[in-house]
Amino acid sequence: MISRRQIVEEFRRSRAGMAGAGILAVLIAMSLYAAIAIPLESFRQWNNPNYWVDYPRSAAPSWTNVGILGPKAPQHIILSYPNDASVSRSSLNGINLVTHTYTVDFDYDSYPSDFMLPYDVKYGSTPPILQVDVSRPDGKTFRIYYFSLPPSQSTGGNEASARVFSSDPKVSENLRNYYGDFKYQQDASRPEIMIFSDLQHSAVLKGKYMFKETFYLFGNSDAVEKSGVVLGGKVYGLMGTDESRRDLAIGLLWGAPVALFIGLTVSIASVLIGLVYGVIAGYKGKRTDEGLMRINDVFYSLPTLPLLVIMSVAIGRSIFLITGFLVIFGWVGMAKISRSLALQIKNLQYVEAAKLMGQSDIRIIFKHIIPQLLPLTFASIAISVPAAILGEAGLSFVGLGDPSIPTWGQILHDANSAGAAASGVWWWVAPPGFMIAITGLAFVLIGNALDSIVNPRSKKI
Amino acid sequence: MLFSTLTLTIALLGSTMDKTLIDSINASVKEEVSQQKITFHSTDEYRKYVDVKIEQQIKSVGLDEPWYSPKRFGNTMIKVMTLDLGKSNSFTSSSGSSSVRDIILERMPNTILLFTTSTIIISAIGLYVGAFVASKAGSVWDRINSAFAVFSGSFPIWWIGMLMIFAFAFAYHIFPARSTPLTQPSDPSYIIDLLYHMLLPLITIVLVGFGSWAYFVRFFVVGILNEDYIQAKRTAGISEKKIVYSHALKNAAPPIVTVIALSLAASFGGAILSEAVFDWPGMGKLYYDAIGAFDYPIIIGVTYLLTVIFVLTVFAADIVYGYFDPRVKVG
Repeated sequence: MISRRQIVEEFRRSRAGMAGAGILAVLIAMSLYAAIAIPLESFRQWNNPNYWVDYPRSAAPSWTNVGILGPKAPQHIILSYPNDASVSRSSLNGINLVTHTYTVDFDYDSYPSDFMLPYDVKYGSTPPILQVDVSRPDGKTFRIYYFSLPPSQSTGGNEASARVFSSDPKVSENLRNYYGDFKYQQDASRPEIMIFSDLQHSAVLKGKYMFKETFYLFGNSDAVEKSGVVLGGKVYGLMGTDESRRDLAIGLLWGAPVALFIGLTVSIASVLIGLVYGVIAGYKGKRTDEGLMRINDVFYSLPTLPLLVIMSVAIGRSIFLITGFLVIFGWVGMAKISRSLALQIKNLQYVEAAKLMGQSDIRIIFKHIIPQLLPLTFASIAISVPAAILGEAGLSFVGLGDPSIPTWGQILHDANSAGAAASGVWWWVAPPGFMIAITGLAFVLIGNALDSIVNPRSKKI
Repeated sequence: MLFSTLTLTIALLGSTMDKTLIDSINASVKEEVSQQKITFHSTDEYRKYVDVKIEQQIKSVGLDEPWYSPKRFGNTMIKVMTLDLGKSNSFTSSSGSSSVRDIILERMPNTILLFTTSTIIISAIGLYVGAFVASKAGSVWDRINSAFAVFSGSFPIWWIGMLMIFAFAFAYHIFPARSTPLTQPSDPSYIIDLLYHMLLPLITIVLVGFGSWAYFVRFFVVGILNEDYIQAKRTAGISEKKIVYSHALKNAAPPIVTVIALSLAASFGGAILSEAVFDWPGMGKLYYDAIGAFDYPIIIGVTYLLTVIFVLTVFAADIVYGYFDPRVKVG
């Protein structure tokens, strides 16, 4: 029997164990960061396409855009009120003017793919007018939009909430006035190109652009709730986006707490069940042992994945149910190990003595046998985490994961359905699987290190 | 053993199976009624008529009793054993049959082909590499092998598959991204095409699979190399090579066979999923598609067959174990 301090000390000396603990610490930090810094809304709305409309489709991570390897692809830029806007107010003949100005530093080698300007204005009776001016780095200012806003369809009257798209014919109409400024033929039907073009020759004009969105409000209680600039680009964020425009960095971050929850809950529950089950079988012996071990054998010879699939199809797909399903198949191995150890321990003298003192079986099992097996239990918990994580990931991968939350397996399911690997969207495929693997690896390393400390048999070889 | 497994499966699936059967009866009755062109005076009348018809059908099939009643249970058992698994809603076999049995039996050879081939290759490589590193226990090779086993054990095989597709089908066009052959099964070149399409999934499964194998083989062989009788052989002048690859491996066979069963079991789910990744026209791919289309008869049928194959594998391993190690009696 080793004391707790010895275990900790020996564990510190194991390099693999410490590496595993390090990875685990990073994962816990990720989970905490996700819980604190990322809005919970992104977790709940993961599968709601409306939440992600401002994001680009299949954009690569922005760090691939170093500029050494080739032309710098445009970054996808999302600016919104109130964080990125500088606001000024004035009034003119009783009309309130609210101006939101957004500054974009555009130094990329190709044009944005499109742009949109979302807005949301509450008004009394007269719909407000929106005027958009773009000041370019060369001092020119293009007025691209000047129009009264249509009332929003969804919310009924008195609110204008929609987007001005670069494909809006009103934008091209306004831009036609600036044909004369260009030394060459321009095309106003592609505003995202014309606005960002050099006047002298057909190339991107790099520098600071200012989008001035001026709202003409005709009532005193009218208010601008939302405005913004979204420039369509080819790269975005730390991990890029997938085909349904979701920010993969957020999905990967939220995957960490989910995977840890599933892995730890399943392994703790199943190891404890297996421990008690095996010890009872081993200690009681005879017919109890025979019967319990037969049941164990049945579970042992069942294929996990197909039955997991059928259970989620038949019963349900919530994450708590999936956790329960995984426990059903998880306890079997531990039951076998703890039974064989209980067989040895029950013949030790102190157990015999306890029995002679007339202590009840339950008391002997829980007071005298199970405490002996606790160090092994911890090792087993760590070792059985990867199976649980892989089980959930596999289930999510076939499309039977909990639909209300993002998991790494589900991200891979979406990637596989969209044929991401064959079309070269590597940032959608590689990171989620890497996270699954590294999480499993962390627990395997910790478990193996613990096991070689508490289990003298595996130390020998 | 097989019987109890089957019982458990039916217990799990019973209520779902009933639900799908009732659904299909509902649909067929409604269609029948609409084809008979009976005019009804009100929707109530129509509903009543349909309900009575459905009731009759359900009674005649015996669905009015719960699935666990002895009669139904026995029937289900016989049905499942004879592979009478109903009709699929959205899939057909290449001959156009929508019977679940035909669809599954058409796909099964492909699954068995891929799975057995990869298992044979994995075991061959695993045995050789394991014995090799065992003879050099403690060397760099040994440590690389152990590390590789730990790494590959925690990687989802289907994810490696996706990476392989990216590397060898997108970045370098060596293999096709989809493993379903384009030629018709009647074409004589079909076999060659099929084997070519099988290569990438095969390489992936072998790559991920052999590490843990080699690790286990090494574990047992090292144990045996320390035994006295091996020392005796060394002193008798038998070459080290012969000792490791012949004597030690043979004596390590019983535990290795058990591990074969276990590792088969572990890679089983992964192999099913990698079929879906590679679009290999086997049961795993069918499974994946059926889940996407909510085709319950197919899901149930494939689950059942996979379970049977799995249980038989474990069973066979038990028998083989008894053959290698007569001390163990097969229960």
